[in-house]
Amino acid sequence: MAIKVLMPALSPTMEEGTVAKWLVKEGDKVSSGDILAEIETDKATMEFEAVDEGTLGRILVAEGTEGVAVNTPIAILLEEGESADDAQMDDAGDAEPQAASATPKAKEEQPTQAPDTPERSPAAPRTPAPSAEPDYPEGTETRSMTVREALRDAMAEEMRRDETVFLMGEEVAEYQGAYKVSQGLLDEFKEKRVIDTPITEHGFAGIGVGAAFGGLRPIVEFMTFNFALQAIDHIINSAAKTLYMSGGQMGCPIVFRGANGAAARVGAQHSHDFAAWYSSVPGLKVVMPYTAADAKGLLKTAIRDPNPVVFLENEILYGRSFDVPVLDDYTVPFGKARIARPGNDVTIVSFGIGMQYALEAAEKLAEEGIDAEVIDLRTLRPLDMDTVLNSVRKTNRCITVEEGFPVCSIGSYLSSRIMTEAFDHLDAPVLNCTGKDVPMPYAANLEKLALVTTQEVVDVAKQVTYR
Amino acid sequence: MPPKKTAKTSNLSKDELLHFYREMLLIRRFEEKAGQLYGMGQIGGFCHLYIGQEAVVVGLEAVTKEGDKRLTSYRDHGHMLACGMDAKGVMAELTGREGGYSRGKGGSMHMFSKERHFYGGHGIVGAQVPIGAGLALSDKYRGNDNVTFTYFGDGAANQGQVYETYNMAQLWSLPVVFVIENNQYAMGTSVQRSTKSPSLWERGAAYGIAGEAVDGMDVLAVKAAGEKAVAHCRAGKGPYILEMMTYRYRGHSMSDPAKYRTRDEVQKMRDERDAIDHVRELLLQGKHASEDDLKAIDKDIKAVVNEAAEFAKESPEPDLSELYTDIYADQAPQNA
Repeated sequence: MAIKVLMPALSPTMEEGTVAKWLVKEGDKVSSGDILAEIETDKATMEFEAVDEGTLGRILVAEGTEGVAVNTPIAILLEEGESADDAQMDDAGDAEPQAASATPKAKEEQPTQAPDTPERSPAAPRTPAPSAEPDYPEGTETRSMTVREALRDAMAEEMRRDETVFLMGEEVAEYQGAYKVSQGLLDEFKEKRVIDTPITEHGFAGIGVGAAFGGLRPIVEFMTFNFALQAIDHIINSAAKTLYMSGGQMGCPIVFRGANGAAARVGAQHSHDFAAWYSSVPGLKVVMPYTAADAKGLLKTAIRDPNPVVFLENEILYGRSFDVPVLDDYTVPFGKARIARPGNDVTIVSFGIGMQYALEAAEKLAEEGIDAEVIDLRTLRPLDMDTVLNSVRKTNRCITVEEGFPVCSIGSYLSSRIMTEAFDHLDAPVLNCTGKDVPMPYAANLEKLALVTTQEVVDVAKQVTYR
Repeated sequence: MPPKKTAKTSNLSKDELLHFYREMLLIRRFEEKAGQLYGMGQIGGFCHLYIGQEAVVVGLEAVTKEGDKRLTSYRDHGHMLACGMDAKGVMAELTGREGGYSRGKGGSMHMFSKERHFYGGHGIVGAQVPIGAGLALSDKYRGNDNVTFTYFGDGAANQGQVYETYNMAQLWSLPVVFVIENNQYAMGTSVQRSTKSPSLWERGAAYGIAGEAVDGMDVLAVKAAGEKAVAHCRAGKGPYILEMMTYRYRGHSMSDPAKYRTRDEVQKMRDERDAIDHVRELLLQGKHASEDDLKAIDKDIKAVVNEAAEFAKESPEPDLSELYTDIYADQAPQNA
């Protein structure tokens, strides 16, 4: 029976890609291991190998086609004795999907691993558009851009503006970023200011802190914040505390940034959300943006900030697009939450990728006549309690949403602050939607269960509105 | 520990020898006073004295120029005095007073001086090593020829981040002198009980870093080695390692009874290898100074230290409002 060749998933978070180039043509004999095509993801161009033997019957997706969803059939492979006509018939019928196999052209750093099987869950739902209250004047021209591009532009703009700003980390220069966030920076700023480090988080975090003491403004990229655990002594003991210990003499203007929290199917050691950990440390500022506009505006603010800033990004959000204002110098101040959706019945407070669930839930709640107000904290330290409290005084109910663990979470801290400062305004207890109290499992169904879901947010919102 | 060198006539000028004598004596008398104040309850917490190791910082400071940086571990009083920080400010920090270098908020282990390019005072063993390389990176970035002296002990020499730093410092040719102050004991664990490595400086060879062991009880040998190391760094040849063979006379900290070594061992070192006695002999034998001259210096130093102690006792405790200052450079609103 003819075999369908499916668009492979070539990274844990890939949802679609471009068929960049076919290396075989219709009628060619194919053996397993032959390279069929080059597939471009948002991170890299990968070679795509055949798993089965046969003759390439038909190419279903022409080269150059962008936005091909994972698992879309892209070609038909014929077994002996079959003709292209069979293939056409099978195309509409029940051809067996060929398991995808690919080898990266250049070595991809983890957590990008071998592709998942084609059975993996379909593309994630589209990002709900945050409404209301932009941080820039109405009528400002905007451009759709990914979070990844926004972060890159923020760094490039600040590096043009200030000679002392430089970027260091694993694969930031020649590789163009493990997640392609630093794409193009080496070309523009050269190796003096875009520095590839060996895999040595503890050491290079300390070197970054020393450079900051020496008057430079380093941006230290951790491939993911999971690896920053190796460096956390320098983030906390060396960077966060020195200003205080020096009686105000020795500041540490540094940004520690990188992917934080769960990606997709990368297991317990690569899926930890550290928002609450870093937020508990005086001397640090902690940022966790959701939109591309916030990613850009907040990263520029972080680079200019005279204090150590922990800037928590998210791998899944890197490829998401949002409107970003076209302005020469767009910055977002720290400590100012954004009301992403105004409402009257219940306040949903979230940040980072949690906003996705919060906004989706708000839409579903609206269908049931519950008008939720959604607040994106954006910075966790400093924390904009005023915006949260004002909202709670209006809605009299509050739930929080985050992907991190439930114990000593951002949500539990918010709950205590709201209880302390707005007790008389509450008509229901503040409830927290969080990741589950387990190390992240690998199995797809268990991982889904471990993460917070939109439905959970909806259910909890109904609980506090007594519906 | 190499055998005691005979106090042969030195090529050093009289002025330089006198300077070494004064500087080393200042550190010793200061530390003795700090020990005394600790015993009286004026100084709290941890207090790590530098007595015995004075030749290391004094010899190396002699090869520095304006702009050079230095940082060390928590055994930092000697380094601060040697680089020209004020004894009053250091002592007042030990007593936790407003007049201290960190306005009382750092303590013995955490002091800094931008003016004197002293970058701490670090309480986590080994953490100052990558920070030192980072300071060196900042100078290389700016294209000047400043050098960073990164001091750490034989204990820190077993920390992984030291080797992460060696690797990058050599890879990027950073102008940093790694000074291992091998005082033989990491708290209570002797070097022999913590490693089978025959020497600590030779570990740099794995990364291609040049270095040498130096008699750290001989300030002249320290200075000579320092000149070589600094020339290497200023010439853009990357880092250099100096393993200073030295000895701490006191316990690891004030609360250490030092049961891990014999009283005889310590006494022998004091009698035969003392760095200050060595220079004293050079001065007397070379007829650079008389007993009376040296007595006069002793008296001056004593006055400086007493003045520092008085200042440290008189200086008020920090204002209670200081609790919430210096957390953020721009004093952002607090979370809690």
